[in-house]
Amino acid sequence: MTQPIPIALTVNGTPRQALAEPRTTLVDLLREHLGLTGTHVGCEHGVCGACSVLLDGEPVRACCLFAAQVDGMAVTTVEGLAPERGALSALQDAFLECHAMQCGYCTPGMLIAFTDLVARNERPSEAEIREAIGGNLCRCTGYQQIVDAVLHATGQAAHG
Amino acid sequence: MAENGFRYIGKRRRAVEHRRFVTGQGRYAADIQLPGMLHLAIVASPHASARILSVDASAARALPGVRAVLTGEEMQPALDPMLPGVDAPAVTRFPLARGVARYAGEWVVAVVAESRAIAEDAAELIQVEYEPMPAIVDPEQAIAPDAALVHPAHGSNVIFRREFVWGQVAEDFAAAPNRLSYRVRWGRSATVPIETFVVACAWNDATGLLDVWASIQMPKFPDLLARCLRLPGNAVRVHFDVDVGGSYGVKRGLKHAILAGYCARMLGRPVRFLEDRLENMRGGDMQGPDRVFDVSLAFDEDGLIRAMRMRALDDVGAYAGRAPFQLGKPVGAIVGPYTINSVSYEAISVLTNKTPQEAVRGFGQSPTNYAIESGIDKVARFLGRDRIELRRRNLIPRDRFPYLIPSGTRYDSGDYAAVLDKTLTAGPYADLVHRREALRAEGRLAGIGLSTCLEPSGGNSSFEPLFNPKNKTTTWMDSCLVRVDLNGAVTAVMGTSSSGQAHETLVSTVVGEVLQREPDSIRVIHADSLNALPSNSPVGSRMAIMLGGAAAGAAKRIRASMMRIAAHELGVAEAELGWSDGDAYLLAAPERRVGWARMVEIAHREFHRLPPGMEPGLQQKFVWEVPTGGDLPTPDGRIQMYPCHSFECHLVLASVDPETGKVTLHRYVVGHDCGVMISPDAVHGMTYGGVAHGLGAALMERFAYSPEGQLLSGSFMDYLLPSAQEVPPIAIVDHCTPSPLTEFGQKGSGEAGYLGGPAAIASAINDAFAPAGISVDALPMTPALLWRALRGPAAPRAATADAPRHSEEVSAA
Repeated sequence: MTQPIPIALTVNGTPRQALAEPRTTLVDLLREHLGLTGTHVGCEHGVCGACSVLLDGEPVRACCLFAAQVDGMAVTTVEGLAPERGALSALQDAFLECHAMQCGYCTPGMLIAFTDLVARNERPSEAEIREAIGGNLCRCTGYQQIVDAVLHATGQAAHG
Repeated sequence: MAENGFRYIGKRRRAVEHRRFVTGQGRYAADIQLPGMLHLAIVASPHASARILSVDASAARALPGVRAVLTGEEMQPALDPMLPGVDAPAVTRFPLARGVARYAGEWVVAVVAESRAIAEDAAELIQVEYEPMPAIVDPEQAIAPDAALVHPAHGSNVIFRREFVWGQVAEDFAAAPNRLSYRVRWGRSATVPIETFVVACAWNDATGLLDVWASIQMPKFPDLLARCLRLPGNAVRVHFDVDVGGSYGVKRGLKHAILAGYCARMLGRPVRFLEDRLENMRGGDMQGPDRVFDVSLAFDEDGLIRAMRMRALDDVGAYAGRAPFQLGKPVGAIVGPYTINSVSYEAISVLTNKTPQEAVRGFGQSPTNYAIESGIDKVARFLGRDRIELRRRNLIPRDRFPYLIPSGTRYDSGDYAAVLDKTLTAGPYADLVHRREALRAEGRLAGIGLSTCLEPSGGNSSFEPLFNPKNKTTTWMDSCLVRVDLNGAVTAVMGTSSSGQAHETLVSTVVGEVLQREPDSIRVIHADSLNALPSNSPVGSRMAIMLGGAAAGAAKRIRASMMRIAAHELGVAEAELGWSDGDAYLLAAPERRVGWARMVEIAHREFHRLPPGMEPGLQQKFVWEVPTGGDLPTPDGRIQMYPCHSFECHLVLASVDPETGKVTLHRYVVGHDCGVMISPDAVHGMTYGGVAHGLGAALMERFAYSPEGQLLSGSFMDYLLPSAQEVPPIAIVDHCTPSPLTEFGQKGSGEAGYLGGPAAIASAINDAFAPAGISVDALPMTPALLWRALRGPAAPRAATADAPRHSEEVSAA
């Protein structure tokens, strides 16, 4: 039951392989086996959203999936959001510009949720922005500067 | 130079820390990977109160991969206890229970294994035999003379009790034409960071050194950890360069670090403990204040409040560290922003069979602010006066600062009426009144809430000697070291970890301001505890004041050293020199300059050109004492608590759905004065976050317990944190009354928003309920509580005069 099994997946565009126990969650696979610690663990019961990643382009809770379930699929983590090393995505840049974080712990999950949102909706309303992170909890910011950042990134508000 | 006279202070600037956070390159405690690391899992008590009769770990020990199974009895001989801050030496706490479990969730057995999964498997195989005992859950029952004792050796469930009388309270009450008594209750909630507590420890036999990486925000943490492990202070090295995933007070984790450190040393391998969410909620010892306030106010016909009596009963749970002090900090703002002439204050901390209380944002001030503000609204209602007008009547006028309150603290500066006015203008208040009436016309219960509250800042620890006569603490310093290297680059060293307060941004801004060097070129590092400077961690809204002050002090010493070199180089007196962009120049002839690079070169290489007697190199430290520190309390308990006093005014339009009890916040405005803002985005961010946290405490969050002492809300499915859909857009209105006590006029702001938010939201709901003659005086005001209040068989009426201890409380859900 606990014998490791091989798992092959694509992470941030790179094929990766790992041997992991069947009970290993996707977030533990990313963090402990693949060394991608940008994805965080908050509640391990699917509420806080800190562990969000894109799975074949769709946001999922990596704490609520077994690694074995994503065999053969493509995962994007926060480490894969920038267009190239040293650069930032428009959302990442707007998060910096608008002070959209404090401790940074929920930030990767927020960026994943919004990466999905803006891929579907180029100019989301404030209500749509808040709805998109209805399942991403932040204890630092009260969400205000996060909302500002997404409006900024989508060209709807000038900050400052 | 910009309009405020500063080059970098107060200007928008991208936070230094955020670049690593948006790219997933932060380094949190759970990211620390050590070779050969073992993992801890916990067997927790399922009972709130029980004798531990036996532990059978044979099956667990036999599981492959298990390296150790430990009980409290096995560990205790090697440890010193964690002790309360108050004088109660029999209330000892160790990481694992010894013989008796005192709350559901208390750690009983620890398992160390090759993986967390194996450790948890083993934990499930451990058989613990308990003999359940009656649990004390209600704090008022706990203080009854015949109550069972949580700690029999202490002889009482009261861990601290003192009544203070400041001024002519009896005379003021006798002379006042009106008196009003009421009871309000603050429910048990906490800051609940998204990152749970994490610690990794590594012991080295050869060096005799314990390395610790932990998600901590705790004053004196390395010293306490060393003492509890019976190690010299220099055998424990806490790495402060760990990013902490939120704290807001609670990330103390001393018992976690003692356990992991003990195991690492015993086994000779690194050990990590990473709480899961349930462990965090019930066994992480991080729940917040849980209080019953009984308050009486004496006031005249115009609503001028002359005197207050307050009794605060706080349930600290089964053990206590600094929690009882959370009744002490409010002594420093016990009259809020009001000219109340005399006060009596009875503070009672009581032990119960619940998860221990820990420091929560504001360190007990927000509950007290809620109790005071509830009274202001009640007096207004009693007299039939407007709440705004009543506040204006009682606010300390701007021309009376510095203002000495009855309990001995002098408020440094403020202009409370101006902030109130700005907030009402931003509302705009008249518009909110129209909207309230429109909502009422639609059948909703709508109300406007208002609060005017103090945020004491600058985190001194004067409550320690106030609440424990054996404790002579009169300093609560913080420090910074600045060095300029051979290549001219500036590095600043701070002596504590950060949990989201952007201290690297703060320090580099301040050092850049003093040296007139670009802040983004200045590196700020977090030392480890053996390299570090005296620090008391980012508690009590103190770092803008204390770390900011220390960084400015160290930078000014660097500038002075460089000016001395330049003066020697030019053959003039230092007073003849000016400073511009990091260069020194002759005031009388500005073209005669000694550039930054040249001064650095002389300091590092050319001893022959240094002024006689000057040390080579460029490195300076500054240790700053709290500006008003240094004094012990008077015998009647008067003390300068914190040095600086920020102020906030909240204005809220809320409505309650009468069918469901659900609250909607339609408009939220905060007027805020924290003096000069060094990093405005950081100040605003913490204020927004504080409002959201206050919303949670006011409406959603509660560590609920069954009558048997079982925690009923141990997950995020039942302990509800506000999401972006509950937190409304928030408008902040800034005001600036500089503090005369600090380097740049700054005050603290880390607890802003939270200190007045719950009071304002409660005020709005009670305004909504006022037409129905209903008053609700317990937080959190959950939908169930409000729904029941609206349908109560005898909905409680507003407070009545001369009815001591009159209870308006509607039993919490």
